[in-house]
Amino acid sequence: MAHFIAWRLLATLLLLFIVSLLVFWACEILPGDVAQVALGQYATPENVKALRIEMGLNQPPLQRYLQWLVGAVQGDWGRSLVTKSPVSGLLSERVANTALLAGITTLIAVPLAIALGVVMAMWNGRALDRGASIVILALSATPEFLLATLLVLLFAVNLGWLPAVAYLSTGSGLGQTARALLLPTASLVVVVTAQIARMTRAILGNILTQAYIEMAILKGVPGRRVVARHALRNAVGPIANVVALNTAYLVSGIVVVETIFAYPGLARLMIDSVQSRDLPVVQACAMIFCATYVLLILLADVMARVFDPRSLPQRPMDAI
Amino acid sequence: MSRVASRRRLSPTLVFSAAILIAFALIAVVSLFALPQDPFDFVSDEPFSPPVAGIWLGADYLGRDVLSRLMDGTRITLFMALSATLLAHLIGDTLGLLAATRGGFVDAVLSRIVDVVLALPKIIVGLVVVAALGSSVSVIIGIAAVVYSAGVFRIARALGNDLKEMDYIKLARSRGEGMAWILFGEMLPHVVKPLATDFAIRASFAILFMSSLSFVGLGVQPPMADWGGMARENLGGLSTNPLAAVGPAIAIALVSIALNMLVDALDGDARH
Amino acid sequence: MSGTGADDTILAVDHLSIASMAGTTVLDAVSLQVRRGEVLALIGASGSGKTTLALAALGHLRPGLVTTGGSVRLDGTDMLKAPQAVLNRMRGQTASYIAQSAAAAFNPRIRLGDQVIESALLHRSQTPDQARARARELFSYISLPTPDRIGTRFPYQVSGGQLQRFMIAMGMQEEPLLLVCDEPTSALDVTTQVEVMRLLKQVIADNQTAALFVSHDLAVVAQIATRIAVMRAGRIVEIGETRQIIESPREDYTRELIAACQHLSLGALAQKPPRAAQGAAKALTVAGLTAGYGKVAGGVPQIPTLHGVDLQVGKGEIVAVIGESGSGKTTLARVIAGLHAPALGTVTLNGEMLAGLDAQRTAAQRRRVQLAVQMADTALNPKHRLRRILGRVLFFFHGLKGAAAEARMRELLAMVSLPAHYLDRYPTEISGGEKQRVNLARALAAEPEILICDEITSALDTIVAGQIVALVKRLRDELGLTIIFISHDLATVASIADRVTVLRHGRVVEAGESAAVLSAPTDPYTRLLVASVPELRQGWLEDAAAMRAALATQLEASRPDAA
Repeated sequence: MAHFIAWRLLATLLLLFIVSLLVFWACEILPGDVAQVALGQYATPENVKALRIEMGLNQPPLQRYLQWLVGAVQGDWGRSLVTKSPVSGLLSERVANTALLAGITTLIAVPLAIALGVVMAMWNGRALDRGASIVILALSATPEFLLATLLVLLFAVNLGWLPAVAYLSTGSGLGQTARALLLPTASLVVVVTAQIARMTRAILGNILTQAYIEMAILKGVPGRRVVARHALRNAVGPIANVVALNTAYLVSGIVVVETIFAYPGLARLMIDSVQSRDLPVVQACAMIFCATYVLLILLADVMARVFDPRSLPQRPMDAI
Repeated sequence: MSRVASRRRLSPTLVFSAAILIAFALIAVVSLFALPQDPFDFVSDEPFSPPVAGIWLGADYLGRDVLSRLMDGTRITLFMALSATLLAHLIGDTLGLLAATRGGFVDAVLSRIVDVVLALPKIIVGLVVVAALGSSVSVIIGIAAVVYSAGVFRIARALGNDLKEMDYIKLARSRGEGMAWILFGEMLPHVVKPLATDFAIRASFAILFMSSLSFVGLGVQPPMADWGGMARENLGGLSTNPLAAVGPAIAIALVSIALNMLVDALDGDARH
Repeated sequence: MSGTGADDTILAVDHLSIASMAGTTVLDAVSLQVRRGEVLALIGASGSGKTTLALAALGHLRPGLVTTGGSVRLDGTDMLKAPQAVLNRMRGQTASYIAQSAAAAFNPRIRLGDQVIESALLHRSQTPDQARARARELFSYISLPTPDRIGTRFPYQVSGGQLQRFMIAMGMQEEPLLLVCDEPTSALDVTTQVEVMRLLKQVIADNQTAALFVSHDLAVVAQIATRIAVMRAGRIVEIGETRQIIESPREDYTRELIAACQHLSLGALAQKPPRAAQGAAKALTVAGLTAGYGKVAGGVPQIPTLHGVDLQVGKGEIVAVIGESGSGKTTLARVIAGLHAPALGTVTLNGEMLAGLDAQRTAAQRRRVQLAVQMADTALNPKHRLRRILGRVLFFFHGLKGAAAEARMRELLAMVSLPAHYLDRYPTEISGGEKQRVNLARALAAEPEILICDEITSALDTIVAGQIVALVKRLRDELGLTIIFISHDLATVASIADRVTVLRHGRVVEAGESAAVLSAPTDPYTRLLVASVPELRQGWLEDAAAMRAALATQLEASRPDAA
């Protein structure tokens, strides 16, 4: 087990290293002369030359990459091309805000989705299951911005109960924060819940066709217990995997939702930086998103492994 | 067995989803020849003026006809999604089947590359590439094609690997059949349906992905607009003409839901 | 017929009809009764409805099936109308189920002990302490090793035979009145089958349990049943005392079943005239063959499945290779056919040395050795009509097209006794036995010298298997083919082979004339195999079990992997 985790950790580190190479390559080499990009229409040959020296662009790419990497590992992402201030200063609050949004969404959506999936599986094939399946299918295929727009239209424009824009500042109280978070979180929860519930239902549905499920039924195990004990145990690994992988949707959902509600999160920062071609900030944001994502996939792999009986220790007979 | 199955009835979800998809395809074709108004012309002095006769869905943030822009956007959206998915499948199917049939070094290298692509959040990849190359229709299609080809590769490779283990393939190989017969004679009939199913689901992902990029302002650039772009442009008019923003968002949802339902219905058929 | 002795009747099925939702009849007005302490066997081919009937006894219908009439009464309760809670209480307690494949029927993620006592705890018929004590007692009774601890294992940690024992323990945990056994030994090797059957018989006798015993194998059933019901296409064809069914069957179908069974018995050996010795001309020689999986180091693969195997096949001979699962017999077939590269050793065809893999063999060499495999389902491309399946081979090896190919295809189908209009069918539209015929026809289309048949009858019902064996024999006689017949089933082999080679753990333990090897085996393993083949006589099981016990010690000493 420890060996497995160590090995996967190593693979993850290697992956992150490759990702850093790709991000660096995309942001510093692909666009051509970054100094030219930074100066935009004010670029004169002299200006560009001066800025190139200032940014260290006259050094070979490998050296620049290593400097950037060493800095990034220590939390120093360089300076923004737009504000000229250190990127790390821009990040801290944004990361916290996005983590808050993503965290609350996950805390609500994951248990809700698994419960829904399990309940649907217990009602296997009956009207409730089929009806819920169609609703869930529709919701999981709906873009976040439709849901978010409709929520804004209803609660902010028509009813006026909640703010259409999620202002968050360091000084905002709990009540204000909660009001600001309500609509963005709701938009994300609906889509993420639908997606995880749908896959949970599919995984369980697949397991319910196995011979050992029929055997449990023929042993007199009641239907609900068949799902909760016999099927769910075998579904834990795949479901953990699905949950972690759904953070992919969460990332794209966060990008959209932060845009609609002008939520001051990391995704919003990244989009603004892409628009202003503030490449050091884009690099930093991309690395943080990718690292989080890669670590969640690692977590999914480890979870699937943990719930494999092959990794459980033996137990004496009197414990059965 | 299969003869008996042919007397099955069409499921309502299948009919519903097919109807929606056909309707949008028709709109896309019609938009090439005739539209109610010029999508780039101003029909109202007021931004976000509500619907009236002739301007059935009202005006957008510049006073242009929402319906005409929506129809025009149908063509752009569907064209982009279809070309990206088509490209993704061209790349993914070819390389996936190649990896499965060749195995060894080719398989190992391709699979590791795909692992890396799949380990990246797609939207972030999209944002980084747009930051580097700027945004244009071809860049967006290219990004979507590459990020989605990784998933297609996995599917095609798995299909190929399953088939490779079938005795009829092994026997054909032991007979000395060439690669052409193995791929096209023996394997092709088995992979068409699963790959077509994957195409539909992948197209729905591509639509959502591209719309999201446009929606955050990094996709199709004005004055041209796909559905995601329209939803963004008109977000400010929710109080006077909500249809301008909600209309295109609903269109995306409809197509995406229809594609998912189609796949579900077809899968259900395969199982029974 | 009308069960007046109600006290005595545990299970009463009355005019039960079950159909699929698509409207196909699965059971057609079936009536039968099982009395206290009685073992009623249901015998029939696959698709005869016997499993559906067995499950209906527990009030369970598989998804897609509906009752269209009749009733099932278990201990007085109408199982098709009883509420779910009543069914749940009765299952395990009044009647329990023993499934065919224990490997699939145990939940892979729950400890075996927990699964065995689950019903008892749910029913509160035993306290947890009682249940565990009872389980330990059963584990010891059915001779599972370390009965106090083995319950903590997961299914993947025990062997197939042990899993089937756990299944029996699970069935007996609450001492039910009726045990429903669905092909309980079909998934096991013959030598393991004897043990499990003896055990089941003992359990049933010791506990005075009644049993409904489903099987496709008359010889197995004869050992254990008090009465036998013969099923065909959803109906009971004949029902009677075991002795009466075996010795004086009334119906043609029953007679056919018995004939197929005797045809495959070792008794056939005695009637078989010894084939004239043709030894001189060797069609195929395998020498010192070592093969397996994983990296090869010093001529030994990481996971070896064959160790220095020799095999000689004379022209026009049928040579059988016998072995249980894991003996390496399929690897041997694949190496000869060029599908699997050997690590060491040679395959020689008529004096020509064959390359390890078919890619390096000449087209003529590939044509001369043909393989027919076990699973006809995966052997024939389900998306191709038979015309394309056969036509491709004719075109590939002989360049035949158009009318010439069509005529040859008809000839081939006639050779395997299939009508010519089958050319337009897909493999999914024909039966298992017919698929196997097509499988053979395709091999014949190449006009081979050597035909390798790898377990071609093991997925088939007794009668159909008998027909396929007869076909193979006829093909040898008519076409002068040389045949390597690979099987785990000694009885099949006895009726067809001129010579026999016995494989165990990848080594040849005995080889020779089949009459000699099978009637007077010298190796203890061969003796065990021979003794394990069920015979259609009552009392055989006890003899076989005694023989097995005597051989067990010798075998243990000769285990190759013990060294």
